Amino acid sequence: MSATTIETSEYASSYLTDGFTLRSWLLTTDHKRIALLYLASITFFFFIGGAAAALIRYNLLVPEGMIASAETYNRIFTMHGVVMVWFFLIPAVPVTLGNFVVPLMLGARDLAFPKLNLISWYLFIIAGVIVVYSLFAGGVDTGWTFYTPLASEYSKGHVVATVVAIFIAGFSSIATGLNFIVTIHRLRAPGMTWYKMPVFLWSLYATSVILVLATPVLAMTLILLAFERIFHVGVFDPALGGDPLLFQHLFWFYSHPAVYVMILPGFGVVSEIIPAFSRKRIFGYNFIVWCSVAIAVISFLVWGHHMFVAGTSIYSALVFSILSYMVAVPSAIKVFNWIGTMHKGYIRFDAPMLYALGFIGLFTIGGLTGLFLAALGADVHLTQTYFVVAHFHYVMVGGMVSAFFAGLHYWWPKITGRMYPEMWGRVGAIIIFIGFNFTFFPQFIVGYLGMPRRYHSYPPEFEVLNVLSSAGATILAVGYLLPLAYLTWSLRYGDRAPANPWGATGLEWRTQSPPLTENFDETPIVTDPPYNYPPPEVVQRRV
Amino acid sequence: MRLWLTQATTSAPEVDHLILALLLISAAVLALVFGLMLLYMIKYRAGSGIDRGALAEKTWRLETSWTIATLIAFFGLFIWGADIYLRLFQPPPDATKIYVIGKQWMWKVEHPGGQSEINALHLPIGRPIELVMTSEDVIHDFSVPAFRIKHDVLPGRYETLWFQAKTPGTYHLFCTQLCGTGHAEMTGDIVAMPAPEFQKWLEQQRTSGTLAVAGKILFMRNGCSGCHGGNGVGGNQAASTVRAPALAGLYGSAVTLANGSVVTADDRYIRDCILLPATQRVAGYPPVMPSFAGQISEDDLLKIIAYIKSLATENPS
Amino acid sequence: MWLFLATEVLFFGAIVLSWIYCRRWNPAGFDAGAQQTQLGIGTINTVILLTSSLVYSVGLAFIEAGNRRRLIQCCALAWALGLAFLILKFGIEYHKDFAQHLFPGPDFAINGALGGGARLFFVFYFVSTAVHGIHMIGGLILVGWIILRARGDEFSPLYHTPVVVVGLYWSFVDVVWIVLYALIYLVGRGS
Repeated sequence: MSATTIETSEYASSYLTDGFTLRSWLLTTDHKRIALLYLASITFFFFIGGAAAALIRYNLLVPEGMIASAETYNRIFTMHGVVMVWFFLIPAVPVTLGNFVVPLMLGARDLAFPKLNLISWYLFIIAGVIVVYSLFAGGVDTGWTFYTPLASEYSKGHVVATVVAIFIAGFSSIATGLNFIVTIHRLRAPGMTWYKMPVFLWSLYATSVILVLATPVLAMTLILLAFERIFHVGVFDPALGGDPLLFQHLFWFYSHPAVYVMILPGFGVVSEIIPAFSRKRIFGYNFIVWCSVAIAVISFLVWGHHMFVAGTSIYSALVFSILSYMVAVPSAIKVFNWIGTMHKGYIRFDAPMLYALGFIGLFTIGGLTGLFLAALGADVHLTQTYFVVAHFHYVMVGGMVSAFFAGLHYWWPKITGRMYPEMWGRVGAIIIFIGFNFTFFPQFIVGYLGMPRRYHSYPPEFEVLNVLSSAGATILAVGYLLPLAYLTWSLRYGDRAPANPWGATGLEWRTQSPPLTENFDETPIVTDPPYNYPPPEVVQRRV
Repeated sequence: MRLWLTQATTSAPEVDHLILALLLISAAVLALVFGLMLLYMIKYRAGSGIDRGALAEKTWRLETSWTIATLIAFFGLFIWGADIYLRLFQPPPDATKIYVIGKQWMWKVEHPGGQSEINALHLPIGRPIELVMTSEDVIHDFSVPAFRIKHDVLPGRYETLWFQAKTPGTYHLFCTQLCGTGHAEMTGDIVAMPAPEFQKWLEQQRTSGTLAVAGKILFMRNGCSGCHGGNGVGGNQAASTVRAPALAGLYGSAVTLANGSVVTADDRYIRDCILLPATQRVAGYPPVMPSFAGQISEDDLLKIIAYIKSLATENPS
Repeated sequence: MWLFLATEVLFFGAIVLSWIYCRRWNPAGFDAGAQQTQLGIGTINTVILLTSSLVYSVGLAFIEAGNRRRLIQCCALAWALGLAFLILKFGIEYHKDFAQHLFPGPDFAINGALGGGARLFFVFYFVSTAVHGIHMIGGLILVGWIILRARGDEFSPLYHTPVVVVGLYWSFVDVVWIVLYALIYLVGRGS
């Protein structure tokens, strides 16, 4: 039942009032406080990566490049990639929304290993300090992919410092993943079987499995890279009997599953929001949850699609191409199922829903362009151009960042006890959708026409499309700054939020907003299936 | 603002057809997705008051059918893409070979007749051309968008790509694998011309003899003829103290290695013999060939290999 | 713990696979390197580590039967054997390796045609044994922690989960060593 009998009131106590000292925050083991610590951290890194992005689009306003030095430009886009991938996208939803919501959604008091959770935040901060140091010391110019022999021998940047930072951040990820898996296995409320869990939990479970299995491979790859750079030993150097392609295989074996780590939680968030704002159970629950698992498994088998022109055998390319098509199928099924959820629903257009709808649109475009790249004959032309850049920004930024904002707005009342200003929320969602398309759609075209990626300057015939893209980027920047402003404003001036402002199902809505430190007064007992909204004829009769 | 790209080779239209098909399929799917979303946003908005009726209960038939439809479509796209790719990277045996060396931050091109270019490649239309490429330092990528072809260029090995140009013109050459500070400056011009003009261009270039002729001088200067004999007839007890394989007729033939495997003696093989002889022990010969790694530059290696190749035609095997 | 061990499998798996891959392209060099390893010390160390795992498991059996004193003795012996491994490996064997210039730096001992492959072999040797050593030190800390808790009378036949969990980890470190032993000391020695 979704009845919200807990009334709005001035809550005297919640997890936020449970200790006001710095110590109570920095030594907390409360998953909710840790989630906020993480939220502050990843917001910081999002704006660093965003500043780098702004510089990139600024540089590309003119064909000869606004920034005089190509070396500086190389360092800027490398920093953009490293910070956005490892310090924003990979942690984002799991460590903020996941940490906050998972125990609540399960009906538990906290995660399985609360102290490990705090340690994982400290590891993240240590990694962050090192990467910021590396940035101020001059940065790296190898691209976030660190291909050898450029990264192992020729680069004059701070490769080892950056790689150490990523190594430590990896342990933070592994700890979080471990925590979620054990929590989901062991701390479900009485009556909550696997098939009664909301889809968000299944998505985080699949994400955690990938985190836990793929990140160690990155760790070893980075150790070998650092070793080669310091001792010049030749693991990746052909003159000494090594193989530069070995690095690419090892790197992409981690990094491809990593992109699914980035998107699966987004799928989970959208799978919560669409039913809530269509007031209807999710369409095809079984298919959706098993699709998350399928994506996690198949994601480990497609890494070679980053290497179709790298010098691997053409027969291995065939295998990776067909597998890449296979991994696209579960994502397509999810899109159909979300639309199926909207069918015959009672749709409301609050900000979370607008962001979620934007996600579906932008992710579908990004996903479809992935099909272009999986087609071997087309990939030869399109790879290493702005087409690829546009593809991954559509799925990661248009998709994942939109999903992150969707979830942030959806659970904001629960996390802070305040409502954000709804009009500004909708305006922000629309500005982001428009700005995003303006920024990245021209890049598909300029990529097809041949403009390579990671270029500081370009031939004049690409100028118009680049200017369009940079113009869109300013709109997008406004779209991202807006939530920072009004969400901060709402902390002090927003309306107090009731326990269940959306009338949604899910255990997290059955406790006060914001929750007490222990989450629930009594452990809830689950008897209903997930998304147990009344059927339309019941709603209609009531209306 | 130009929205089209010249289809300068015989395979370019094929690639464009595939991309166009993908575009049309994507547009159709997007129309479906956006269309349905918009329809539902309007029809099923909370205040619309229309009669929704009961929900469908057994939905797995619908789900299975759209899953299977997606799988079939994807499989079709895979086959189409794979077919083009396989032909894109299997050069015809009679292709003219041109050698490319990438280094930070320039392209060096060597024609078989000894003509060399920097950051440019002149070539005839109507004939298959195969580029044999290597790098002197980091990984680069030789990319010609108008030809719809690119491939990474790696240190320590040869990579190839081939094409047959059909439209005369000058086209962009880009390096498309981040290679350091000068990555964006590592561009050039591909000049495709009708065969007679190309012939004239070749003759107008100053050369110091064909690659093979230069290679012969290097062959002797580096001591190769000491074991392999003048003209590569091979070493025997009479001519030298070492038994070494004959090189005449070697290029393109099958070679049996000491571990029993049989390989074809192509450019890669000959290069590995010179630089890493320990990895290419030939059956029946003592493993005494020294390595020339670090002693012969990539440019010189090309010339020596060109010379060894020419021995196939000069001397009967 | 099983989950954590899964991550470790992938961590060590990555380097083992890279090792195998590089050996495929440099078999002669790898063999030349392998012949410089100290088979004697390596074998003794393997015996030590296997015994240590066995002893720990015996200790686990003892606490399941309620014998706290024997658990502590077994853990202490397992701990001492682990320490002996580390002393032999890092104190003695590494010392010999460095004295023979086997660290792949500028003064590496093996040169010529096989030098590249031998260097690579020793890269893998030092990286994998160093990483394994760090895991062993972690293991010693964990076993030491078990001893302290056992002395504080925290375990019984009904509750000794931490003993099982640490035992899993210790056995895993042992299994990794067995794989490394084969790759370092055995492969390539015969040719």
